[in-house]
Amino acid sequence: MKVAESIGFGLLGLATVVVIGVLALILYDIVAKGGKAVTWAFITQRPTKGMTAGGIWPAIVGTFWVSTVTVAVSVPLGMCAAIYLNEYAQQGRLVRLIRVAIRNLSGVPSIVYGLFGLGLFVLTLNLGLSVLSAGLTLGLLTLPWTITASEEALKTVPFSYREGALALGATKWQTIRTNVLPYAVPGMLTGTILGLARAAGETAPILFTGAAFFWPYLAPFPKVLTTQFMALPYHLFIMSTQHHEIAKVRPLAYGTALVLVLLIFFLNLGAVVIRYRFRRKFRRA
Amino acid sequence: MRGGRLSGQARDVRRKPLSSWRDLKEGGLRLFFAATGVLAILVLLGIFSLLFTESLPALKTLGVGEFFFRLRWDPTSPEQPSYGLLAMIVSTLMVSIGALALAVPVGVACAAFLAEGAPPQLREFLKPAVEILASIPSVVVGFLGVALVGPFIARLFRIPSGLCALNGALLLAVMALPTIVSICEDAIISVPQEFKSASLALGATKWQTLVHVTLPSASSGIIAAVMLGMGRAIGETMTVLMATGNAAALPHGFLDPVRTMTATIAIEMGETVQGSLHYQSLFVIGLVLFCMTFAVNVVSDLVLERFQRVRR
Repeated sequence: MKVAESIGFGLLGLATVVVIGVLALILYDIVAKGGKAVTWAFITQRPTKGMTAGGIWPAIVGTFWVSTVTVAVSVPLGMCAAIYLNEYAQQGRLVRLIRVAIRNLSGVPSIVYGLFGLGLFVLTLNLGLSVLSAGLTLGLLTLPWTITASEEALKTVPFSYREGALALGATKWQTIRTNVLPYAVPGMLTGTILGLARAAGETAPILFTGAAFFWPYLAPFPKVLTTQFMALPYHLFIMSTQHHEIAKVRPLAYGTALVLVLLIFFLNLGAVVIRYRFRRKFRRA
Repeated sequence: MRGGRLSGQARDVRRKPLSSWRDLKEGGLRLFFAATGVLAILVLLGIFSLLFTESLPALKTLGVGEFFFRLRWDPTSPEQPSYGLLAMIVSTLMVSIGALALAVPVGVACAAFLAEGAPPQLREFLKPAVEILASIPSVVVGFLGVALVGPFIARLFRIPSGLCALNGALLLAVMALPTIVSICEDAIISVPQEFKSASLALGATKWQTLVHVTLPSASSGIIAAVMLGMGRAIGETMTVLMATGNAAALPHGFLDPVRTMTATIAIEMGETVQGSLHYQSLFVIGLVLFCMTFAVNVVSDLVLERFQRVRR
């Protein structure tokens, strides 16, 4: 009996070791082989010689601009929708329908978002292949995550905070503005950053909405929104499968992968730090 | 919802001193927030209707049978273009089911270990590790499929290229693992302590309790996790696009290169003329993909809802 028990839990432990081992293998491979490629020059220079040399600066800037548009679309809409669901809505058919829609939206394949972005933003709204089209597409992709995260944050605000304001005669909106949002915003921020981290690595939705094979010079601010762009995940895709000298650019691909993983790691880390400080503040309040 | 009930009571108390301007503002804001909520429904409907209207002309011209009863996908053939989706659907299911066959046993076991077996300090370390695994983008996983797993498979099975269904299944398993682990762990943790205590009090060992009481009680949560993982695997694009070799023929085994539905859209959309039959039939693939993942999600939703009702 005792033996069967130890074997059983041993197997469970083994499965856990497999999961951690996979993660360790991925990180080790990328850090070991990408570490050699990543230098200051690699980060700050443009790709040269048919992308067999030079750096990835335009891809970093492109990812930055697309992410900015993504956040500008997804965060206000997501927060407002969450405010509606958690503060205003009465339980009913509409709310159930919205929740079903949100859950299904988060299950729609990213490539289908790409098709939607192509059909709606690029062609119908005539925004063309651009930062704007790609950012809007990713904004819709991240919308269900932002709504869910914002709602979670609103739920953590104690109900007595609302009652206090309402009892003093504040209106619904005054209550939300002064006694709910200030306490929920850090939590919303955490969710937003986590969503952004996932969006920054998405490739399929930007394939046909604006990502370019080679676009080394980006225009200054307002104009940059209407041009094509390079992006880190798309650049990695190109460098690992589409480039004509795959073997020669492999180190550059590893370098790109490392930069992308680090970017996402630090975004996640930032989110965790904010969450931690937020929790502490609440305990004191 | 509690907020709603309270606002009703509060309104009775403060009806008098409110100016009509303030009422108007409050009403307007309420309407605005409601509109952003409804947006989620509109986006979902919008995606469906766009896919539907773009693919309708192709479905009309070629007939539904051309897509669903033919094997071969070869829309650019000069002699005889063919628009069969079957080989592609088989490839997608093969890679996805292969991935789940690898990921489900490992994922459920890992979740059970995290929930029941691991000491608290180890848990504190393991949970963030699973989150980091979840945060690795699919394009990076796909890249490692090309650079690391592919050569390994080629050497192991002595085949010229390691870009095949097995490679894709392995990578998708890695991508599905965090989802399965975290949802299963939630399901196992939410099994009431009384169940376990009762079993232990009757003299069952910890292991017997886990296998005969805890896991069966968590089964619908586990099934929901598997379904969600399936939905993700079917819709995953970059990993399979990069690592499965993309041969459009019907695969005969896991060492054959395959081309999934998502990869086909990704490869060919850039090369078609907008509005052409080929372009429209790529939207047909998108529509089929949408419906498949939608169905999987709805089923997992129903299972999860039942699970939560039983809990209550």
